[in-house]
Amino acid sequence: MILTVASGKGGTGKTTVAVNMALSLENVQLLDCDVEEPNSHILLQPKIHETKPVCTKIPEISEELCDYCGKCSKFCAYNALFVAPKTVMVFPELCHSCGGCRLVCPKNAITEKERQIGVIKKGEVKGVEIVYGELNVGEAMAVPLIRAVKKQMKIDKTVLIDAPPGTACSLVASVHKTDYCILVTEPTPFGLYDLKITVQVLKDLGVPMGVVINRAGIGDRKVHEYCEKENIPLLLEIPFDKKIAELYSRGVPFVTEMPEWKEKLRKMRDMIER
Amino acid sequence: MVKEITVLSGKGGTGKTSLTASFAVLTQNSVLTDCDVDAPDLHMLVKPEVLETQEFKASRVAVIDEETCIQCEKCEENCRFGAIEKHVVDPILCEGCGVCAYICPVAAVELEKRVSGVAFISKTKYGPMSHALLNPGEENSGKLVALVRQNAKKVAEKENCEPIINDGPPGIGCPVIASLGGVDMGLIVAEPTMSGIHDMERALGLLNHFKIHSLVCVNKYDINEENTARIVEFCESKGVYVVGKIPFDPIVTEAMVAGKPIVEYAPKIKVSQAIEELWERIFAHI
Repeated sequence: MILTVASGKGGTGKTTVAVNMALSLENVQLLDCDVEEPNSHILLQPKIHETKPVCTKIPEISEELCDYCGKCSKFCAYNALFVAPKTVMVFPELCHSCGGCRLVCPKNAITEKERQIGVIKKGEVKGVEIVYGELNVGEAMAVPLIRAVKKQMKIDKTVLIDAPPGTACSLVASVHKTDYCILVTEPTPFGLYDLKITVQVLKDLGVPMGVVINRAGIGDRKVHEYCEKENIPLLLEIPFDKKIAELYSRGVPFVTEMPEWKEKLRKMRDMIER
Repeated sequence: MVKEITVLSGKGGTGKTSLTASFAVLTQNSVLTDCDVDAPDLHMLVKPEVLETQEFKASRVAVIDEETCIQCEKCEENCRFGAIEKHVVDPILCEGCGVCAYICPVAAVELEKRVSGVAFISKTKYGPMSHALLNPGEENSGKLVALVRQNAKKVAEKENCEPIINDGPPGIGCPVIASLGGVDMGLIVAEPTMSGIHDMERALGLLNHFKIHSLVCVNKYDINEENTARIVEFCESKGVYVVGKIPFDPIVTEAMVAGKPIVEYAPKIKVSQAIEELWERIFAHI
């Protein structure tokens, strides 16, 4: 089963839920797809046994063959190529690696070369397999790295995907082709507003979902009312608790010191399976 | 040039939006932007009245005409995004590159412009505001952020407002980079947790990469003072000025529920005083 943990609003507790679930279930693989700011390894402290570079393809232009006709730059939908009378400039950060420039070049002057955008790291801790991506600082596009992390997926395990915040393409890439999405939110106006946008994305994608309310007790009851009205199951409430917050601040997953939560998280998984 | 500052954090949920709204109250002559276009929240605190709405069309999507298609599958073979399956385009995966339309031997593929979101120019009781809403699941958030900032600059010049305060998105990728290009300063809102420290370091790395002057403030500093000390130490070692520390107070959530910036909702409390001092110091830097 492939479960994605997402939220819309940042800082609601996605990683907390993903990591504590990983430590409560058996035979888990955790994929941290928040490649801009991966945090699950900070809480889990895995032993890393493999680091692999992740590359995308960008065009390389042969000055010998190019006649500066400009067809490549005209074709490029992302403005990643600029052709001047005697030179061609490539802007790698803008390139989506579609390969179109190579196809349209009448002189076969374009080949593709690899360019590193980040790394993926694989590790293990307490029986949990973890794979996470780390986007190079200054790099704009997270989606190719998210796809690379997801390629490491082992479907014979319970796969937990820790998604990035937001409701744009990075979320779509993370949640695409997963069986179920756990939406972690907080009972505040910000939490609710961003939850609603995320619910729309999941409906468009046809992914079934349920909600976890984190820091329950703060804010108001509007998230509860919304879930009831929209018929979205409320899977679990994690109270606003000083001990949980304090453990998090130190980077300690709360189930390690509050083992009674393991059973609750296992029950949540059973509820999702049903 | 109008001075411009971007509030960012790396990690989400550290308090960027609550701080930005308070800064607006304290300056009264700023232009606010919400650069978190796919999960915008600032409007809930500053209650903008929309004056102008613009459709944002930045991308295209491929559409295959069933009747013309001869099912040769060349488009599917050449699509790098896996967006074509059995002669049908999945608009969610399509990035609008146009390779399929180019490769199609019978011109069955058309690229249609798609509306990716809307941009707004508004007024609030604290000054003008430029913001937007990306359609759910869309890409091009970076381009929409660029449009939001462009609109803000126009308004700032027209109405003679300064500075522009950008409420940035979480992360360090595309939309964050778009909210930083050419700004005078980046203010990182850090939280004293292990994750918060890690993410702040990456956000600082990003500001450094683009050679943008950076300041750091620590929000909810008293939830773990040991970690706060670590943040201060780390910043000092990098020559980054820690411009203020704000205590934790559940009343900040109350203000959010009430839909008001904290410095307006409870001006006398410690949190609000800390924000006021923080803003004074930032303003002196601009």
